[in-house]
Amino acid sequence: MKAVIVVFPGSNCDRDVMVALEASAGRAPAMIWHDEATLPACDLIVLPGGFAHGDYLRVGAMAARSAAMADVVRRAEAGVPVLAICNGFQVATEAGLLPGALMRNAGLRFVCSWVSLRVDEAESPFTAGYEAGQVVRMPVAHHDGNYFADADTLARLEGEGLIAFRYVGADGERGEGANPNGSVADIAGILNPARTVLGLMPHPERAAEPALGGADGRAMFDHLVEALS
Amino acid sequence: MRARVHITLKPGVLDPQGKAIASTLARMGFEGVGEVRQGKYLELDLAETDPEVARARLDAMCARLLANTVIEDYTIDLAE
Repeated sequence: MKAVIVVFPGSNCDRDVMVALEASAGRAPAMIWHDEATLPACDLIVLPGGFAHGDYLRVGAMAARSAAMADVVRRAEAGVPVLAICNGFQVATEAGLLPGALMRNAGLRFVCSWVSLRVDEAESPFTAGYEAGQVVRMPVAHHDGNYFADADTLARLEGEGLIAFRYVGADGERGEGANPNGSVADIAGILNPARTVLGLMPHPERAAEPALGGADGRAMFDHLVEALS
Repeated sequence: MRARVHITLKPGVLDPQGKAIASTLARMGFEGVGEVRQGKYLELDLAETDPEVARARLDAMCARLLANTVIEDYTIDLAE
């Protein structure tokens, strides 16, 4: 599997996801600077976490208008899978790859902690390594992870099974204390209708080996390699 | 030509920062303040001198970058 990681000024999880992908794929992903107008041929595009352009104007706003993102949108429309993590999720919504928007956390604080997530949709190349309903643990680290979408969009996400991950308690049940940022419907990650784009606020790459405190993210990378090789 | 652009959250979109400002004002003793909504204000110097052309260009700038119309509304004021 050939993966490309788009690196923006202010990305800071690009190397983490590179290490995680290389461990699963056995080959290093290509790192592409944001001003490249054409990405190399690839089986997977990753938009990494970080604080692209210092979150100026709005999170992800400037990065979404970069030269590389115009090509990412073209590739995504042609069916190339896109994994958008944290700031990458924010960039993906700003670029129109996914609906809705990520807003300031409801509690106004930057949240940095391990959270429990329920896999609500296992039918995608990103989530097929998990069982539907499985509870996994991954870290979150963000100030703007409060997912918002209007009622029609939410109904469509629910109806088409496009909510991939939800914040839950350790028991797998939703509840106010389990949602770290105020996201509508406890949404932690969503898919596009073709299930070729996943955006999520939690960091699977920071949960990719036991030395990091947990390895539940490993199944995502392993299954992507299996599905896309 | 100078343009002033105000960007505000759409009605119905929760504004936790506005809420925090309102509760701080109340705690400071400023009574009678209802809802507070936080927004953004931008000033742009434009070479364009035709107000209609300028407005159309600003509208495109807002729709494509300055505002996220999923969650935000914007208003454009032009000064000569």
